[in-house]
Amino acid sequence: MNSAVDQLLIIVLLINIFILGTHRPRVAIRAIATQGIILGLMPLLIHPFQIHILVITGFVVLAKGILIPWLLYGAVQRVGFHEQMQPLLGYSGNIIAGALATVLAFIFAARLPLAAMHQGLLIAPAAMATILAGFIALGSRRKAINQVLGYLLLENGIFIFGLLLTRSMPFMVEAGALLDLIAGIFVMGIIINQISREFSSIDTSRMNTLREVD
Amino acid sequence: MLLMALLVAIPLAGALLAWLLPSNNGRPLILPVVACLHITLVFGLCIASPPPSADGWFNLDAIGKVFLLEIAALFTACAFYAVNYLQYRKERNNRILCMGMQVCLAAMSMAMITHHLGLLWLAIETTTLCMAPLVYFNRNARSIEATWKYMLICSIGIALALLGIFFLAYATVVAGLEPSLVLEPLQAYARRLPPVWLHAAFVFMLVGYGTKMGLAPMHTWKPDAYGEAPGLVGAMLAGGLANCGFLGLIRVYQVCMASGDTAFYSFSLISIGMFSIAVAAIFLLRQTDFKRMLAYSSVEHMGLFAFALGIGGKALYGAMLHVLGNGLAKGVLFLAAGNIHRAFGSKNRDVACGALKRAPWSAALFLVSFFALTGSPPFLPFFSEITIFIAAFTNGRPIVGTVVVLMLMAIFVGMSLTVLPVIFGEPPKDRQRTKYHDAPLLIVPPLALLAVMALLGIWLPEPLSRIITSAAALLGVTQ
Repeated sequence: MNSAVDQLLIIVLLINIFILGTHRPRVAIRAIATQGIILGLMPLLIHPFQIHILVITGFVVLAKGILIPWLLYGAVQRVGFHEQMQPLLGYSGNIIAGALATVLAFIFAARLPLAAMHQGLLIAPAAMATILAGFIALGSRRKAINQVLGYLLLENGIFIFGLLLTRSMPFMVEAGALLDLIAGIFVMGIIINQISREFSSIDTSRMNTLREVD
Repeated sequence: MLLMALLVAIPLAGALLAWLLPSNNGRPLILPVVACLHITLVFGLCIASPPPSADGWFNLDAIGKVFLLEIAALFTACAFYAVNYLQYRKERNNRILCMGMQVCLAAMSMAMITHHLGLLWLAIETTTLCMAPLVYFNRNARSIEATWKYMLICSIGIALALLGIFFLAYATVVAGLEPSLVLEPLQAYARRLPPVWLHAAFVFMLVGYGTKMGLAPMHTWKPDAYGEAPGLVGAMLAGGLANCGFLGLIRVYQVCMASGDTAFYSFSLISIGMFSIAVAAIFLLRQTDFKRMLAYSSVEHMGLFAFALGIGGKALYGAMLHVLGNGLAKGVLFLAAGNIHRAFGSKNRDVACGALKRAPWSAALFLVSFFALTGSPPFLPFFSEITIFIAAFTNGRPIVGTVVVLMLMAIFVGMSLTVLPVIFGEPPKDRQRTKYHDAPLLIVPPLALLAVMALLGIWLPEPLSRIITSAAALLGVTQ
């Protein structure tokens, strides 16, 4: 059972690096949707079958796999797909940074004092690598849409860590968190739309009116 | 329990009504009605002290009461102010603003009454979301830039706070305890939790909720959002949302302090607090925009909160007092600043000067609340700040105490350099007067807040003083 989880987590890690390296927003959104669906299925594989786990799975797949990517797609469609992602480090630089972050995450996670039953699982390192990938995406790219992708990677990483916690997160809170995430992406989508209208680009480095005068 | 639910339900019902009501003129009237109901309920709850719910999820303790009182008073002032403000802005549809304000009030009330860290997180995240469209109320390039920064940075911060909560929950798993995210069990467990996970949880929550509070270096969204949002929204952000972030930090602080090993936490809090005050001082010395100035002042006061938590002892009493003092003062300042902004059509001290001649009431309010906030007697912030400083000296930290006092003096000078020209300067001759006039509903609400602040400085009523004392006791100090 756990080997299936580990294999899926490896796919998740590959998707991280793929997202960091791709130059087409459309592809990146599909990749993050795939990652969301994989993550959504994980609770079913990890925990013994229960109705409430099934409900959570449905919820997560719906939110992270369908609804959020759809919202993002809509936002980008209105802005236009012609703009490329343009990472500051270059595409290969981004991939190398992502790979390095993954290695670091594994080294660091090996030193974490995990509970005995979680030793040797990929969950903790995968969570950390995904969070780091999120930060790389946030830091290295100036397009608003990519910053949202970075934020989603960060959220996915946190979700992976949450897999270690079986019973402490009540269902209500988990559902609420997902609802907030959807609402957040919805608001971000609207803002992206307005940004493109005001600045005729979604390059956030053009937004530099607000700063301290020198 | 039912009454506590009403605290959240009333603003939500108001928001629903605001959504359904088609009249742009009638809609703002919902706000004062909801505010009055809400604040009455808050007073009732603070006196009656309802018992906690059976699972411990909902528990209105003294700390929650202090925050609830502050937020209810602030919201009431903003609600009455909004009626007249939205008269001026008739051309804009105010549906989103009315809904956002009330959903935000509901979420803030939820944060104050819950002891479940997950639910608290959820409430704080909701406040971030529902204020985002309000920052964008002015619909221009500057405000969209501010909204984007606000939304992105706060979302990331709050996500990190969630990771911190997960670490805390995982600490209970590692220790082999029954997992829980309710405050009381966590405090009881605290001594048995592995320090590594507890430290990690604290750091992530400090960064996460610190982003929401606007502690430096996570404060970068703050001047933009506060500068571009309407004064009324600025008041809610500085007096409401920032305090919610502080409450989140307080809850994790309570767990960490119960672990008995306090040096690490105190050191982190004092460092980040002093760094925030220092950053605020540097940027305040050369600030020409008076709304951005208020944002840096908020960074300073959030820094002071973190500093007070780090000092501990009597400073905790000062911090609780300062929640009221800072929140109310920020309310007055932002509402008055909004008026002055409208009177001149600018918020830069080079253009907006001589407010005393254009909008005398707003100018006087702005000036007096500036003195109040920077610690002039007899207003409340004077007593809260002095309590924090005395605690710093008596708790064996005279050096950091002195440094903070010096930085606060620099901040006073820096803010005066902006405030004094705005109030006393000569209005520019070449600019046309705007339509703005000081109207009663734009003056009375902030004036009332100022009066409360002065009154509480002179005479702290017995029940309130008891609430603040027991709030400080919950944080670990007995008077």
